[in-house]
Amino acid sequence: MPDAKRYVRPYGDTTGDGMIQTSFTLPIPFGPKADGAALQLANKMGMDPAMVVHSNPIGDDFTFFVVYGSVKHLVDLDEVKVVEREYPLLSPTEVNSALKKVLRRKLVVVGGCIGTDAHTVGIDAILNIKGFAGEKGLEYYRELKVVNLGAQVSVPELVRSARTEKADAVLISQVVTQRDAHILNTQEMSAAFREAMGDRRPLLVAGGPRFDPLMAGELGVDRVFSRGTTPGEVASYLVHAMQEKKGVAA
Amino acid sequence: MALLDLDPSVVATARKLAARAAEPVVSLAKAHTTVAVERATLRLAGITGADSTHRAGDVPWVNRVIDTVREQCGLEHGVVLPAFHALRENNLGTLTELAEATAAGQIQFRIPTGKDLTAARKASTSAVSKGLKAVDRNRAQRDKLITKWGDPAQRPWIYLIVATGDIDEDVVQAQNAARAGADVIAVIRSTGQSLLDYVPEGATHHGFAGTYATQENFRIMRAALDDVSKEVGRYVRLTNYASGLCMPEIAVLAGLQRLDMMLNDSMYGILFRDINPIRTFVDQRFSRQVHARAGIIINTGEDNYLTTADAVDAAHTVTVSQLLNEHFAHEAGLPDHLLGLGHAFEINPKVPDSFRLELAHALLARELFPDAPLKWMPPTKHMTGDVFDGYLLDGFFNLAGVLTGQSILLVGMMTEAVVTPFLSDRDLALKNVRYVLNAAGSLAEDFRPAPDGLIVKRAHQVLGEAVDLLARIVDDGLLNAIADGTFGLMKRPAHKGKGADGVVEKAPEYFNPASEMLEAQGA
Repeated sequence: MPDAKRYVRPYGDTTGDGMIQTSFTLPIPFGPKADGAALQLANKMGMDPAMVVHSNPIGDDFTFFVVYGSVKHLVDLDEVKVVEREYPLLSPTEVNSALKKVLRRKLVVVGGCIGTDAHTVGIDAILNIKGFAGEKGLEYYRELKVVNLGAQVSVPELVRSARTEKADAVLISQVVTQRDAHILNTQEMSAAFREAMGDRRPLLVAGGPRFDPLMAGELGVDRVFSRGTTPGEVASYLVHAMQEKKGVAA
Repeated sequence: MALLDLDPSVVATARKLAARAAEPVVSLAKAHTTVAVERATLRLAGITGADSTHRAGDVPWVNRVIDTVREQCGLEHGVVLPAFHALRENNLGTLTELAEATAAGQIQFRIPTGKDLTAARKASTSAVSKGLKAVDRNRAQRDKLITKWGDPAQRPWIYLIVATGDIDEDVVQAQNAARAGADVIAVIRSTGQSLLDYVPEGATHHGFAGTYATQENFRIMRAALDDVSKEVGRYVRLTNYASGLCMPEIAVLAGLQRLDMMLNDSMYGILFRDINPIRTFVDQRFSRQVHARAGIIINTGEDNYLTTADAVDAAHTVTVSQLLNEHFAHEAGLPDHLLGLGHAFEINPKVPDSFRLELAHALLARELFPDAPLKWMPPTKHMTGDVFDGYLLDGFFNLAGVLTGQSILLVGMMTEAVVTPFLSDRDLALKNVRYVLNAAGSLAEDFRPAPDGLIVKRAHQVLGEAVDLLARIVDDGLLNAIADGTFGLMKRPAHKGKGADGVVEKAPEYFNPASEMLEAQGA
């Protein structure tokens, strides 16, 4: 077997053809000049040759394009950096028995949407018994005590609840991203916990569709979960983090 | 056109049970008032503007007055008696002057008696009836403009959302959407407005994922849609949200600015915003009475249940909620033609026969509520970010809508749950609708589900489950059912939730001219 591929290009219907498809709108009236403009943009994006296979006007001032073409760029897989899951995915039973062993009590999770965000769909998918993607939410786990504070929880309220409940982990969800609200809110939250509790702060976990898992450091949290995360992944992470904290081998 | 052969006696039982389930809640709503109902009443009586010098930012004058009255003499008699008595006692011309004097600490509110009471009753009744007359004039104006410019040529009406956060950008997008075929424009509110206990003032330019609902924003958008209605030759309707903690006030502002449809669900705030159940039911009833007066079509929020619960397992909870919404609406004086009961295309596309099940549910709603302008909501939960898949799903959603005779179709976006739609996404979405309308708009004519087929059987099954659930709700009490997580899996106890401190039990001498006049219209 040769080594795993290091360099790849997009695949249309032949290895190495580099073919991609894209669509966009330009703020210019429909016509030959618009098509030419789209072609120029495609070329600048590295598509060469590019074909404007479709264009149509949207109102008087805009034109929509569909473009196919071959890109010159190569992907170097050695340079790709992602957060790979460094812990095993556990079933609810495994999570429960592992937690029992590490903590000898229930693990307390406090969760909510902070800031003005009223979209509880994310936090509810993780916490509510109903769950997500066929997996039951954290409420379903016998060894987890879940306190879901719901929507628009203020940071002081979250810190207070985390304290009263003696939370081991705090989960916050951010769906709304206008003007980077999700980033600013999360940073405010992690700063508040650092200030109020220092090293004794609970595990901080942020989740939301527009978060990048690489942002944990920047956000001041222990872990970031992005689009498509299931309750099982979060529960498995909590077990892993607790084991690390107590110095237990996984 | 009855295709499902529903048993009229089962349907009658369902309605009877819904009425019985609702009864205790209606009594509760009649026995209480809220800070929001009192504020709405003062808004009808003419108060406007905000205290821009307050350290908390712009606080509407109406909030200053209500809060002070509550502090000094309570709200159990209603706000108008102390307010209009103070107006006369202090020789002030308008409620806004009264508010300024209140803020300056110059007013001592008290409940008038004897001759003073009679005078305050008379003055407040006259002021409030002026407000209601403005609402009546707007209703007449709408009718006139519809006669002049016409209704959309087709059913369903095409309903599109704009949500830029800036009312001026909204205007541009809304006018373009109307030119591209939209019949109804909804301006999504800024995230979090539902939990503000005041209505912001003025034109606004910085919302989060939506634009603040304010009286001035309402006026700006309605005027812009009047302009474009004239241009496209049909009356383009405007929608906003009478929900959250300020539901009654927003309803009044909608009536004063000639909005045409309002999102207004009897239980949405309780379930999805954790607003106190009693607060919600009191505010609901008043807001619906105002909508009835204004000729505004309400849109109920059953689609939301299916985003949290499973669309197949929970199909009957949608039917139950529709029946409850219908009863609460009728009770508040709304006729069938103003009942935009909601439902949605949210079944997991991987479920076998998912489209047939969607047709069964949609047809059931259609046949249960033949005269209601049903609102058909697009897939959101199973939009994955694969925009190509999403576009196909939206096509099937559109087909189900025309095939089952839905009245208002909210245009689905393939970018749902990914980004706010691009200009091109909206254009493609409208193309999708136009294609389906053009290719299959009259297909309902040829559509006869087999009498013993899956669609008919499924519809009967859902109705049966709805009747069973209604019976349980009657036994258990609606408030307990809500507390137990019957709807959308959310558990909401009656004494908990936001805005509970804004609920006040009425005294026997409670007086509210708006309620009296609105109550009379329902009879």
